[in-house]
Amino acid sequence: MENTNSKREEILAAANAARWDMGDTFHDNIIESIYEDASRIARKVVQQKGEKEAYSFDLKVDKIVTSRWLGFPLMFLLLAVVFWITVAGANYPSALLASLLIDYLHPVLKHAADAIHLPWWLSGVLIDGGYLSMAWVIAVMLPPMAIFFPIFTLLEDLGYLPRVAFNMDSLFRKAGAHGKQALTMSMGFGCNAAGVVAARVIDSPRERLIAIITNNFSLCNGRWPTQILIASIFIGSLVPAQIAGIVSAGAVVSIAVLGIGFSLLVSWSLSKSVLRGEASSFSLELPPYRPPRIWQTLYTSLIDRTLIVLWRALFFAVPAGIVIWLVANVNIGDLSLAEHFINWSNPWALFFGLNGVIILAYIIAIPANEIVIPTILMLTVLSTKLSGIGAGSGVMFELDSVGDTANILHAGGWTLLTGINLMLFSLLHNPCSTTILTIYKETKSMKWTVFSTFMPIALGLIVTFFTTQIWNLFHM
Amino acid sequence: MSTLNNCETCPAHNRANLVKLGLDLSNTDYVLAMAGNPNTGKSTVFNNLTGLRQHTGNWPGKTVSRAEGGFIYNDKRYKVVDLPGTYSLLSTSTDEEVARNFILFGQPDVTVIVVDATRIERNLNLTLQILELTDRAVMCVNLMDEAKRNNLEIDIRALSRELGIPVIPASARRREGMNELLAAIEEVATGKFVCRPHKIKSRSAKLNHAIESIAKQLEEEFPGLPNQNWVALRLLEGDNSIIEALRTGELGSINVAEDQGQS
Repeated sequence: MENTNSKREEILAAANAARWDMGDTFHDNIIESIYEDASRIARKVVQQKGEKEAYSFDLKVDKIVTSRWLGFPLMFLLLAVVFWITVAGANYPSALLASLLIDYLHPVLKHAADAIHLPWWLSGVLIDGGYLSMAWVIAVMLPPMAIFFPIFTLLEDLGYLPRVAFNMDSLFRKAGAHGKQALTMSMGFGCNAAGVVAARVIDSPRERLIAIITNNFSLCNGRWPTQILIASIFIGSLVPAQIAGIVSAGAVVSIAVLGIGFSLLVSWSLSKSVLRGEASSFSLELPPYRPPRIWQTLYTSLIDRTLIVLWRALFFAVPAGIVIWLVANVNIGDLSLAEHFINWSNPWALFFGLNGVIILAYIIAIPANEIVIPTILMLTVLSTKLSGIGAGSGVMFELDSVGDTANILHAGGWTLLTGINLMLFSLLHNPCSTTILTIYKETKSMKWTVFSTFMPIALGLIVTFFTTQIWNLFHM
Repeated sequence: MSTLNNCETCPAHNRANLVKLGLDLSNTDYVLAMAGNPNTGKSTVFNNLTGLRQHTGNWPGKTVSRAEGGFIYNDKRYKVVDLPGTYSLLSTSTDEEVARNFILFGQPDVTVIVVDATRIERNLNLTLQILELTDRAVMCVNLMDEAKRNNLEIDIRALSRELGIPVIPASARRREGMNELLAAIEEVATGKFVCRPHKIKSRSAKLNHAIESIAKQLEEEFPGLPNQNWVALRLLEGDNSIIEALRTGELGSINVAEDQGQS
């Protein structure tokens, strides 16, 4: 053994000596020799016949989409169009699914339960709780996902994503993060869990962790409906009806851009403190634009993304639905658990311009952001005892028109400030449980999972607190 | 090309020869490695061969760690390892290390180098480095449809002659060229086609002398080491992971695996 080892060291010594002997340019020479051979062979076998038409077309498009002045506006415009298609296109199938699963199937199930004399509490827990929350998640979440993911995958297939990364690279680099974080951030706009998984493209563990922690600042599909609904009720109503749509859409886009800002800010703080380090460089080749394969894209995005994400959401929605029903129906004294909590949290929630209903809804809706709005409405009705609306205690419902929703919220004491703060808090709060689980799976670290969960809540409370205090200064 | 397409779309032809095994990797006869620059369509070729649906996308770096799959061709079971795309094997990013270590220590029976037909010269840089590492390789010139769109003409025969390995034109997105690729893989795997891979020519006499002398010493220490010249060059360059492999004797395990494979 001794012998062989000394022989090995001898070889190393010989190599070292030879390296010194060959001088500084040695490494360059080796690379040069490879390039020389490659170029010689390429010259022999490749011939350009006529114009490089497609190539110069690619160049022209790239000059525009990655240009210093047009790059960002085009990016936001494209994202806005994608989201607009998603939201507009999802409305109809969502309503259809809701009327099928909730208006039609839910009473059928209730009658069936009555027919077989199921105890009221069991049919309540199973049908009003578990089934309804599952139905809500399918109705609210499936259509936007089935629209957003294929469009996003088409953009990916076309080759647009690397251009986004190219545009954002310098911003993320200044924040001490990896340029590819732009890619994972974009994925997060669809689903944070998918964005967290996508962070695997980042080599450096430090930068990957930053990308994972900050992914929650990308507004996900589950939060867009909340943003849009609240924006149209509280912000769209401030302006004349003709421009209400544009103004509320603008409000939603500002929240999304604010999210990007927080993503950069938190990345920067992390890379200057606990996750200190230099941004690693990477070479990103802008691939040629390729005509996307429509059917294949639809198929894989449906199987790989939509169904997997939906399945996980459902997995968590059913138990959440049961909890909602229970807190609304289990009474201590005269009041239900939900009312106790709301009465207790209302005073301090007001410091943050929120209210007890919102706090409780966010706790119950940890499994899936999609059920936040139904839960808020249900709890508001419960706590203000509005008569004639809703379907009974602990039954999640959604109202037919934005006007009905507005009435309930105004009756619940909501103001413009509550609306703004809800939008801010919807951006800045803990990730959904699916994402939390994914973060744990990807980082294998309890510490960072806990940090990723609570840091956004802390930020959200700070931001809503200051918003409220500043607001009060002007409205006292 | 049109007759070729007819063959490929004919189901009888495919069924007779290719059985996609997906993730079933038991009792494999041959191991394939898929290597190449980022975004050349390695994962698409991989999916075509194995019937798996590894997510593909038009951006570099989709394949994060290696993916594995299998297929049966002419009654032989093949295991395919889809390596992350790299521009070279010289520097030390994780991707490059995964790719290099697999080709070096995994000793695949055939390395399929997938290159982008519209960027031959840049792709050749990696190809030449791979050919320093292994003697058994097949080049798949993918994205031929795009090369055509760009009015590029590629002399496949000349390329094959220069590199000393089979070269197959393909458009993996349209599933074109996959049967020819399979046939070439089989020929190299079974030894019917003996590769005479291109070795870097334009090196100084001094460097060549140093490589030879180190390689000779390596041969004494690790008899039968298949990539002596390459290892020698890496040692000359002071490559830490190779120095480590030399010190621990991991280098020696390469030729042990080789012996077992052949006996």
